[in-house]
Amino acid sequence: MSRRGRVALTQFAILLGMILIWELGVWAGLIDPFFFPAPSTLVVRIGEWMSTADFWGDIGITLLETVLSFLAGIGIGTALGIWLGLSPFAAEVVQPFIKMFNAIPRILLGPIFVIWFGLGLTSKVALGVTLVLFVAFFNTFQGVREVNPVVLANARLLRASKSSLLRHVYLPSATTWILSSLRVSVGMAVMGAVVAEYLGSSAGLGHLIAQAEGVLDATGVFAGIIVLSAFVVVLDAIVDCAEKRLLVWRPAPAHES
Amino acid sequence: MGRPGLAVDLHDVMIRFGDFTAVKSMNLQVAETEFVAVVGPTGCGKSTILNTVTGLLKPAAGDVRIFGKSLTGLNGQSGYMLQQEGLLPWKTAQDNVGLGLVFQGRSVAKAREQARPWLAKVGLKGFEERYLHQLSGGQRKRVAMAQTLIMEPKIVLMDEPFSALDVHTRRLMHRILLDLWQADRRSLIFITHDLDEAITLADRVVVMSAGPASRMVADVRITLPRPRDVSALQTTDEFVALYREIWSLLGAEVEKSYVTQG
Repeated sequence: MSRRGRVALTQFAILLGMILIWELGVWAGLIDPFFFPAPSTLVVRIGEWMSTADFWGDIGITLLETVLSFLAGIGIGTALGIWLGLSPFAAEVVQPFIKMFNAIPRILLGPIFVIWFGLGLTSKVALGVTLVLFVAFFNTFQGVREVNPVVLANARLLRASKSSLLRHVYLPSATTWILSSLRVSVGMAVMGAVVAEYLGSSAGLGHLIAQAEGVLDATGVFAGIIVLSAFVVVLDAIVDCAEKRLLVWRPAPAHES
Repeated sequence: MGRPGLAVDLHDVMIRFGDFTAVKSMNLQVAETEFVAVVGPTGCGKSTILNTVTGLLKPAAGDVRIFGKSLTGLNGQSGYMLQQEGLLPWKTAQDNVGLGLVFQGRSVAKAREQARPWLAKVGLKGFEERYLHQLSGGQRKRVAMAQTLIMEPKIVLMDEPFSALDVHTRRLMHRILLDLWQADRRSLIFITHDLDEAITLADRVVVMSAGPASRMVADVRITLPRPRDVSALQTTDEFVALYREIWSLLGAEVEKSYVTQG
């Protein structure tokens, strides 16, 4: 069997084993189902959810919030990164402020955003943006700063204008950095959306989990967490696809042949 | 008072970086369609000369004339091929070759159309869609060469372009370069530390003294007939005689550069 096949098989065996031990533990009375509901009940619960329209509405809302905060965060962060990357003076001036702002545990801004923007979509997107923005900013900044000086000199010798340099040299160089942080950014966007929903909202996966928690329904909380991880895994796969497509020019890693 | 027919005329050029005098007094004349090689020990300011001709460096004293006109700002007639690789890894071979055209405002499709024959000229037909990591060191050099030459500069400047290549690849590059130059003659200043390379390629070999404050110590005309056969040339008596003559001057300077470098 190929190495890949063996890896997948082992992974599957570990997963199955864990679920089995959990399930049997609950049946044998060793695990209290109030705190750790059996996997089978979780499956049943998720099945129940999936047959309701509300659940799909929740997923749609969370997805919308995630995508919006992701795009806005990447946009603002990239613009900021390019500006500061190209202007050493501005970078020096702004740096302490950025560090200060970045030092705030962003999750704590959630309640403030709820007060400012209400319980709707805006407060969720705002929190997501503050999370994604810094990842995108730091990576773009680094990407612009670390453009190969020889490449830059060569482009200048070919009489590239400022805008050409930005378009053909700085942006592609930064793109590799931004893309490599894309997965982190997606995670941040989801986190922003869900945490903000959890703090106060009327829809979304975070809201679903908060509701279950409110009635001490561990099954609901666990099921929500599982749905959320599946959600992130799907987004991750999409990001993977985008990355592969945008970075065709990069040499394949040595271990993949 | 530029002499007619001169593409490049450096007259008593002095280059300083603060208190450090890199080049003391450089006189270099390059005629139209002439191939001049500049050799000298490490650190003698060879690259400084190219930067001066491009207009990146302003001489502290002396006169830089390009086709009889005093050079102000950047030299619009020169193309510069750097020693290190300056190609864009996120563009294909053909897009790298056409890069300068795109910078000039040509459309990408148009630039590609013009780039393809140039890739063929440097022997890279079929490699149009390759990215840099899919090309060997010598192939990348050829892309870089095409990238510089597609702009059809009247003066081509090359700064040790083949120094990082192995001997066989380098010889191949010499052949390609000579073929291209033979087909469409331009003024060419070729910097190298390799005397073999200089004699093989050039019409004239200029020897510079050890730095700092380097100057020109010799200017030898290479009388070897053209077109030259790169692989057979280096064993001919004429070649060896020229090599001896120039090395007697260059060798002394190389010795000196060892002394100053400690």
